[in-house]
Amino acid sequence: MLTEFGGILAFFIVGAVFTAGGLIAAWLLRPHRPYPQKNSTYECGEEPVGTTRVRFNIRFYVVALIFLVFEVEVLFLFPWALVFKQYGMIAFVEMLVFLGILVVGYAYVWAKGDLEWDKPAPRFGKNAAATVYEEQNETVLG
Amino acid sequence: MTDFIATLLNDPIVTTVLLAFVPLVFILVYALVVLYGEMKMAAHIQNRLAYMENGWHGTLQPFADMLKLLQKEDIIPAAADKFFFMLAPYLVFVGTYASFAVLPFSSGFIGSDIDLGLFYLVAASSLVVVGLLMSGWASNNKWSLFGALRSAAQIVSYEIPGVLAILGVVMVTGTLNMQTMTQMQDGGIQNWLILGGNFPLGQKLALIPVMVLLFVIYLLSSMAEVNRTPFDLPEAESELVQGYNTEYSGMKFAIFYLAEYANLFLVSAVVVVMFFGGWTSPFGSFMSGPVWSAFWFVAKGMFFVFFNVWLRWTLPRLRVDQLMYVSWKVLTPFAMAAIVAVGFIMVM
Repeated sequence: MLTEFGGILAFFIVGAVFTAGGLIAAWLLRPHRPYPQKNSTYECGEEPVGTTRVRFNIRFYVVALIFLVFEVEVLFLFPWALVFKQYGMIAFVEMLVFLGILVVGYAYVWAKGDLEWDKPAPRFGKNAAATVYEEQNETVLG
Repeated sequence: MTDFIATLLNDPIVTTVLLAFVPLVFILVYALVVLYGEMKMAAHIQNRLAYMENGWHGTLQPFADMLKLLQKEDIIPAAADKFFFMLAPYLVFVGTYASFAVLPFSSGFIGSDIDLGLFYLVAASSLVVVGLLMSGWASNNKWSLFGALRSAAQIVSYEIPGVLAILGVVMVTGTLNMQTMTQMQDGGIQNWLILGGNFPLGQKLALIPVMVLLFVIYLLSSMAEVNRTPFDLPEAESELVQGYNTEYSGMKFAIFYLAEYANLFLVSAVVVVMFFGGWTSPFGSFMSGPVWSAFWFVAKGMFFVFFNVWLRWTLPRLRVDQLMYVSWKVLTPFAMAAIVAVGFIMVM
């Protein structure tokens, strides 16, 4: 018995087979002459410095957390979106309450500044460039 | 022999597998066209020549590129995590290709007509993020890692407004099945959802501004999800070399590239199905039928691909704080407001 999901499985298989086929064809055709310099990590032609597993901005983590909250919420909204017309006003109001709770959390995140990213401070005015130079000179020359 | 072929074609499993190859053929042809077309358009937009050497106006260039990529040596850096390094292209391409299963290419062709349609599409295309993160981490290269992290942060940020926009459309149509969604919009341009769909006049007029808003939100977030300029921070070549696929060469790189182009058509096709009537003809029953509908679907999809390319070569790249600002502080609140508005209109 083949359901419509069998078609989906076929797409997964065809996608994987195509990728494998392409890579195998290339494997048969291409040269293979490795040496240590060629296999070293690319860092603009320089010798690689330090480790790759460096620290990165904590904001990536925060974004992932906020995403998770929203995504789960959307997951709950989809079944509702399909049927809410049949149940009329009551279903709509109930979902407004659900959304309202989420909006409170969203406003909290916004107010706490977790949606802010570091941005370069804008400098305005005619002498903006001159001011930057002077500041630089002061920090460097003391 | 003919008997054998006939029985083979009657077998549901064989036909399913054969049908699953149709979008692949389409993707390959489309990739060649877009590869050439994008470079040519870019050249004309920025007033320079593009391919001119191979064939008439360089028309043979995509084939030459393909041959070159096939023959190119495949370098796996000594520092890389080999297994995940090799697995990443599979995830990226399979995730993209599996999403094509629910695209209604014409009134007579859809890979798999499941009721979960759009929801499945969102889920399957999320596999791409896993593939990108995996490629960046396994490469063990600083450029790749940062490119992958940026890419993941960008895709998940823009997935929220994108999915909320899809939700708004689903509230209007009441179905996730993309074929049914398209059939609802049949009967001419006035029935397309961007023009309020097939509803009574009052509701229709109220829906138009909301649908236009949802369309803009989805278009912007879909552009960010396929990592293209002005949202191409993950592969900002002036800062990150090539982003997550810096260490990839030869056919593996080609797979990433192909998946990117396939993804571009995928999001364009979703825009077309959700707002511009999918495969329906703009003239009602004139120029409809399975073949014409395939033509309309591809033509509309290609228009949005063109639009994407056009923007890519016209606008400069965003800064990362602007990127996050647009997603979290502009598109998400507007998408939520649009959902509430759609709810009101549909319930009233």
